[in-house]
Amino acid sequence: MREVWILTRRELRAFFDSPSAYIVLSVFLLITGWFFGNSLFVENVASLRSVFDLAPVLFMFFIPALTMGTFAEERRAGTIELLLTLPVRDGQVIAAKLLSVVVVLLVALALTGVYVLTLAVLGDPDNGATLGGYLGLALLGLSCSALGLFASSLTRNQIVAFILGFAMIFGLYLLDKVTIFVPGWLAPILEYLSIDFHYRNLMRGVIDSRDVLYYLSLTAFAGLLTAYHLARRPE
Amino acid sequence: MIEVRELTKRYGSEVAVDRISFTVRSGEVLGFLGPNGAGKTTTMKVITCYLPPTEGTVLVDGLDVRQDSLAIRQKIGYLPENTPLYPDMATYDYLEFMAAMRGLDGAVRRRRLAEVIEVCGLGDVLTKRIDALSKGYRQRVGLAQAMVHDPPILILDEPTSGLDPNQIVEIRSLIKTLGREKTVILSTHILPEVQASCDRVLIIHRGRIVADGTPDELQTAHGGQRILFGVQAPEPEVRSALERVDGVRVEEARREGDGTLLLRLSTDGQKDLRPELFRLAVERGWTLTELHRERVDLEEVFRQLTMN
Repeated sequence: MREVWILTRRELRAFFDSPSAYIVLSVFLLITGWFFGNSLFVENVASLRSVFDLAPVLFMFFIPALTMGTFAEERRAGTIELLLTLPVRDGQVIAAKLLSVVVVLLVALALTGVYVLTLAVLGDPDNGATLGGYLGLALLGLSCSALGLFASSLTRNQIVAFILGFAMIFGLYLLDKVTIFVPGWLAPILEYLSIDFHYRNLMRGVIDSRDVLYYLSLTAFAGLLTAYHLARRPE
Repeated sequence: MIEVRELTKRYGSEVAVDRISFTVRSGEVLGFLGPNGAGKTTTMKVITCYLPPTEGTVLVDGLDVRQDSLAIRQKIGYLPENTPLYPDMATYDYLEFMAAMRGLDGAVRRRRLAEVIEVCGLGDVLTKRIDALSKGYRQRVGLAQAMVHDPPILILDEPTSGLDPNQIVEIRSLIKTLGREKTVILSTHILPEVQASCDRVLIIHRGRIVADGTPDELQTAHGGQRILFGVQAPEPEVRSALERVDGVRVEEARREGDGTLLLRLSTDGQKDLRPELFRLAVERGWTLTELHRERVDLEEVFRQLTMN
């Protein structure tokens, strides 16, 4: 546990020491702020709905941008060899990388707390929906981060890692959008596998353990794939 | 201390290391020598628990790399090829991070950091970012990182590549100092380096060990000897007398200005022929002016063993 924490701290320091961190965070706030502002001031709706609706699509870009360097850059620079010959297990390294991305994500989400405060002052929002929405965002973000980490472990090139990460999340997002094209028996399966379907359940303020379980299993699955791939020690 | 038995490592169908066996005793400085792609780096990666062996066993202090990987890693300090470092970290932060990962804390960590900074001469660059350091300093940071937990074993993959001659001398003397108390395995394809720093040499070629011994042993075993033999005597007489000496060939003969006949002889065996040549000169009543044995250098041995 101690090692995981030391690794996480190093990752976070490296992230917040670089200007790209602030660019990514600013862009994230700018986009969510625009949608929030629009619904509040133009449509006169005291709800975070528009921000929550946007989140899966936003995460498709935002999270691969955070994760693309995690393993790809270590592989390119050769530091992966230092890291994986330290007295830690591969799993601890993966956990630390995931944890550091999740911390950044939570910082980004915490910054959107400004919108929640604005709503509380200006209107009378549905707190249940807001809470469910944030839980959904956190879980969605967690599993997208795990996918992004896996994508990053597959290549030495950060751009390729970004595109792969995007493609994985986009693929899972599409699953419940194509149900009309498939035989009836397949539709519920696709729906269950969709990353967006479970998110919309949570966003309604209904916290169902099946949805929570889905995200946790997806995270674990992506983590295992990463571990499996790293164990082969790609060049 | 380190025991490699029948180690084989394959990448797909390509065999990088082919059933090699050797042991490294505690306190020994072992040089891995071989052309690029011979399997030096792969062997080191297996010992450091980065790559799992395909077949065979590697024991470090009696622990198996397959089962006790974490315990072995704690005993080893490793400088990978090309000295990978985190470029965005300051020297001190980086060393502190590596020390923390090795389980060092508090006062012990500060003391160890101060020690390696002193030994590696990093005092001036502690707050500099690693990507702003020169190649020589980067190499020293890499060494400091490998030594920070005071491991009994150091594995250094081409520790002097890319350095200028002064830096090479510095790093070599550092390795020599370290070698007094630690077991060191270093790889190189620079031959003088082996002579300067190693107690023992393994020459690896195409995944196999083709020679194993001290630099001296290798030179005698594989190169034979050359003898410079100068006498004041007529050439035909000397030549016919030498023909009767076993295993000697005259490579070159020339008459010096003072009338000395200078011969360059080569011998196949390891036997020292100088006493025999001396007696020959005495018997024949030649005046002996020169009798000098030259070793075939390691470079020659290396070429012989790795040419085909």
